[in-house]
Amino acid sequence: MLEIEIDGKPIQVPDGSTVMEAATEAGAYIPHFCYHKKLSIAANCRMCLVQVEKAPKPLPACATPVTNGMKVWTQSELAVKAQKGVMEFLLINHPLDCPICDQGGECQLQDLAVGYGDSKSRYQEEKRVVFNKNLGALVSTDMTRCINCTRCVRFTTEIAGEMELGQAFRGEHAEIMPFVEKTVDSELSGNIIDLCPVGALTSKPFRFAARTWELSRRKSVSPHDALGANLIVQTKHDVVKRVLPLENEALNECWLSDKDRFSYEALSSDQRLTRPMVKQGGEWKTVDWQTALEFAANGLKGIVRDHGPAAIGGLASPHATLEELHLLQKLVRGLGSDNVDFRLRQVDFRADTSRAGIPWLGMPVAAVADLNRLLVVGSFLRKDAPLLAQRVRQAAKRGLHVSAVGPNAEEWLIKVRHRALVAPADMVSTLAQVVVAVAAEKGLAVTESLAAGLPAQVSDEARAIAQSLASGQKVAVWLGSLAVQHPRAAELQQLANEIARLCGGVAGFIGEAANSVGGYAAGATPRAGGLDARAMIEQPRKAYVLLGAEPALDFADGVAAVAALGSAQLVIALSAFDAESLRETANVLLPIAPFSETSGTFVNCEGTAQSFNAVARPLGETRPGWKVLRVIANLLDLTGFAQGDSEAVRAEVLVDGKVADLDNGLGAVEAVPTAAAVGLQRVADVPIYFADPLVRRAPSLQKAKDAAVPLARMSAATAASLGIQSGDRVRVSGSGRVELTAVVDDSVANACVRVAAAHVSTVGLGPMFGELSVERV
Amino acid sequence: MSAHGLILAGVDGDRTWRLQDYVARGGYAALRKIIAEKTPPETIIAELKASVLRGRGGAGFPTGLKWSFMPRSFPGDKYLACNSDEGEPGTFKDRDILRYNPHTVIEGMAIAAYAMGCARGYNYIHGEIFEIYQRFEEALDEARAAGLIGQNILGSDFSFELFAHHGYGAYICGEETALLESIEGKKGQPRFKPPFPASYGLYGKPTTINNTETFASVPFIMNMGGNGFLELGKPNNGGTKLFSISGHVNRPGNYEINLGTPFSELLEMAGGMRGGRKIKGVIPGGSSSPVLPGDVMMDCTMDYDSISKAGSMLGSGAVIVMDETTCMVKALERLSYFYFEESCGQCTPCREGTGWLYRVVHRIENGLGRPDDLDLLNSVTGNIMGRTICALGDAASMPVQSFIKHFGDEFAYHIENKKCLVPPEVQYAGSQIYVSPSC
Repeated sequence: MLEIEIDGKPIQVPDGSTVMEAATEAGAYIPHFCYHKKLSIAANCRMCLVQVEKAPKPLPACATPVTNGMKVWTQSELAVKAQKGVMEFLLINHPLDCPICDQGGECQLQDLAVGYGDSKSRYQEEKRVVFNKNLGALVSTDMTRCINCTRCVRFTTEIAGEMELGQAFRGEHAEIMPFVEKTVDSELSGNIIDLCPVGALTSKPFRFAARTWELSRRKSVSPHDALGANLIVQTKHDVVKRVLPLENEALNECWLSDKDRFSYEALSSDQRLTRPMVKQGGEWKTVDWQTALEFAANGLKGIVRDHGPAAIGGLASPHATLEELHLLQKLVRGLGSDNVDFRLRQVDFRADTSRAGIPWLGMPVAAVADLNRLLVVGSFLRKDAPLLAQRVRQAAKRGLHVSAVGPNAEEWLIKVRHRALVAPADMVSTLAQVVVAVAAEKGLAVTESLAAGLPAQVSDEARAIAQSLASGQKVAVWLGSLAVQHPRAAELQQLANEIARLCGGVAGFIGEAANSVGGYAAGATPRAGGLDARAMIEQPRKAYVLLGAEPALDFADGVAAVAALGSAQLVIALSAFDAESLRETANVLLPIAPFSETSGTFVNCEGTAQSFNAVARPLGETRPGWKVLRVIANLLDLTGFAQGDSEAVRAEVLVDGKVADLDNGLGAVEAVPTAAAVGLQRVADVPIYFADPLVRRAPSLQKAKDAAVPLARMSAATAASLGIQSGDRVRVSGSGRVELTAVVDDSVANACVRVAAAHVSTVGLGPMFGELSVERV
Repeated sequence: MSAHGLILAGVDGDRTWRLQDYVARGGYAALRKIIAEKTPPETIIAELKASVLRGRGGAGFPTGLKWSFMPRSFPGDKYLACNSDEGEPGTFKDRDILRYNPHTVIEGMAIAAYAMGCARGYNYIHGEIFEIYQRFEEALDEARAAGLIGQNILGSDFSFELFAHHGYGAYICGEETALLESIEGKKGQPRFKPPFPASYGLYGKPTTINNTETFASVPFIMNMGGNGFLELGKPNNGGTKLFSISGHVNRPGNYEINLGTPFSELLEMAGGMRGGRKIKGVIPGGSSSPVLPGDVMMDCTMDYDSISKAGSMLGSGAVIVMDETTCMVKALERLSYFYFEESCGQCTPCREGTGWLYRVVHRIENGLGRPDDLDLLNSVTGNIMGRTICALGDAASMPVQSFIKHFGDEFAYHIENKKCLVPPEVQYAGSQIYVSPSC
């Protein structure tokens, strides 16, 4: 520890601290622009100059290391003179166009100019003009306002992992710009808006929509990925105008992914369902709630009467709230059925019978920083979990060795030391090889029940991965969405558990959606021999209650889902949005509130239950989903549906607001016969901006590069064997058939074709795994 | 160019840059002796300290002391860099050293590498003197072929790889940390210090950076001993120094003289004032050093302490002599434009301030000056100096402050009368450059 005196106040700070950190500790504010606690030190704005004893010149607090016995004055005449001098320089070429600037009222330069600027300028010459840059659909630029603090440059380089912005030219001509003709396409790009201390980078979707002081600020939780980023949702007249990060060091730190930040646009989409509708004689009619709810309740009663309770199935989106999921399963079970599931993209449910508890990440999100070995199995890590990937990126820079197994090797902007790029059908055997090699490295025996099926041969990649893992002290094995959706997911989990056991580490799930853990906690899975999501589609029910999902886009096999739901007598769809596949399959559409208009809870991948309140009044006649489910149950005279608020619903699920039995343990898994794969296999990702009904309808995100129409991606070798070149139109046939543009992409395993799921153009192809054929059109 | 002194001695013949010529002048004897006798590095550094060789790039920092900062027991790579990015207006000495005597730099660097345990070195050569870069490459080839650099030098276990690296002409790359950034392939922008290059330099490894002339002096110090070198100059100002004289003298060029030589003698060597005119002002150490009035300069000796006492800096030894036909406002305008153009743009005071300074001086020169402009200039320079990441801010400010200090009446005349105190025809007579009558 070092002793330092700041403005006469003695404090102790850890070795290696800077004066800025010490001042923060001491509660002394030092004005600054370029300094940011999460970014490298640039010391270029010079606003944080302070007086240091014995130093002949004022020193920048952000870059000056504390030495023992140092005395610093942040407000002395020398310091303030230096700070005012810098402020004058910052303002001489700044346009001072605050009245027409979106940053006005929340601008660091504006705020500090009040304290350090002069009321008139001594600079009488012409001011600099800098042309604006096109950074894409999300970030708007007014580069003349830029003060060249380079926070945005450092963010793209250090946090987002790719230098998408730079400072070109010299001296007064210096400008921040993207590379020629490029935009900023990072999935984290919106953070540069928050980082910009002036109005040079502002939000394009929010541009000129409101003034900061007109907005109400409410806390919320992101309804998208499994990290559960904390949000500040800003509304004006009950319309969400903007979403900003709520700092939570344990989860999102001070960042948000673009999906979290910009999906709010969909909340005021014209595709919102605002009034209940009933299909009568093939025609959709708008009805009042009473009619719609009675229609739903009577329909369910009729099905139970005519076909028995097992003819009813409940299917929920993993993006639904804990409360909705709980009431859905309670409703289904109240009717006497056990057919309920929220794992709509999953096809292998063998683990259900031998799970020790609720599958989760196996560790706190913040503990990523302490890992030194990580194996990622079957994940599109960067796009599936942008902020978790960001944490891995930072840890990898400090020495975490990352390995990967899977059919995909797209750029994660993380150094992946070893990678086994194998087709989906080979993932189990590859992971088994890693188990064998890890056991050999560690000199430990493989669990007996597993030992029989293990391979004798170990590939070089598997051995390299094993050596990496075996040499670690803090090891984690993560199963990504592709591993969860895999036809042999249970075996992958078993092997991952075994690797973790051998290495003394943890195995866990990255999680597909906001409530991937919460769905289990709510009991929205079959318990007593009921049908799981796949079985409910393969063995169509007479009636379904569908919560928050679109049949065509949110299931493992959209074609089968649409067929199964379409053949049912009754489909009660609770949805915030209208959708073609809903109109096609449902009989009654009940408009329920999206996350912004209801209270609810998401349980994130680390098992933290995060509750939130509504930030705006429900649109039109929209009602919170939990209330709708409760009223249907009331109409059916079911007991246990007297909850007066969502907290009462939550209290039925969580003990002290916590999820109790998080446990990735897995017993014996029933073997399934597997035929050797022949031909091409499908690799299906769920693109970041098509992953849930909300993002699909966010117009600005839909203009981003990540929202491009899916292509048929295949390696150069695969393409050559098929006589296909990049740009060819190809017919891809599986259980269905679609026409796509082919592209050669060596990040796809050989003998595989990567065709994204969850997109209208690929839905016709059917299941996310399995054999395909590809031919030129 | 003179053929006296040490570095420039004997280089006025034909093809003096060749290895065999250098060896004939006694070259590489120092390196051979060190390797043959396995001289302890401490002894070499002690000799350098005794010689009081001060950095020839401009700062005048004692070289022996700098070398002793290198962590002796550092386990990984250590680097050596030679700063031949000579970009300061008025300075043209390093290019002549590299042009006529490149091997003395190579030998000096090899000795430095031996003393500090560096396995790799770079000579960063200014981008606008490409033929010099080529010549240095040729010299490197010769030295490599002769086993004087590379692996196992002269059969010993001492290895030192030396590379030439040419910049692209940015003045800022002469700032030592910007130079390192540039070698690393990044945009040439200074790093903030601390950490200093001796602990965190090229590729984050301990690095020592010296000027070309500094390295070139090392073999001579080894040969004549530290005290011998010191005695050439005067106490605290050891050895000889190259001075690049330009401006209104009869024979501009490089002159190597003993430190402590009176300025008047140096002026005489350069053939005296052109046309016998009266000396008005002298910038004694490159454009960033404060200008001194001619009469003050005539009383100075050419060494670090004397010039410093007179209120300026010996700097890189670039002596710009201006006679009575010079318009000092115009001279400053040109200098200010240089710094405005060469500021890297990284930190605020320099990025914004250099342009402001230039614009104000420009408007004074063009008859648009305002009564409080001189106060403004002094205030703006005060806000730049000592507030920036590197010394370019100071370098831009010192000429402004000193020109106003010593020639304030000319500036005031410009502002008041919208024209120059020195009539255009007089200026033309001195510079042969057309001067607008309104000036």
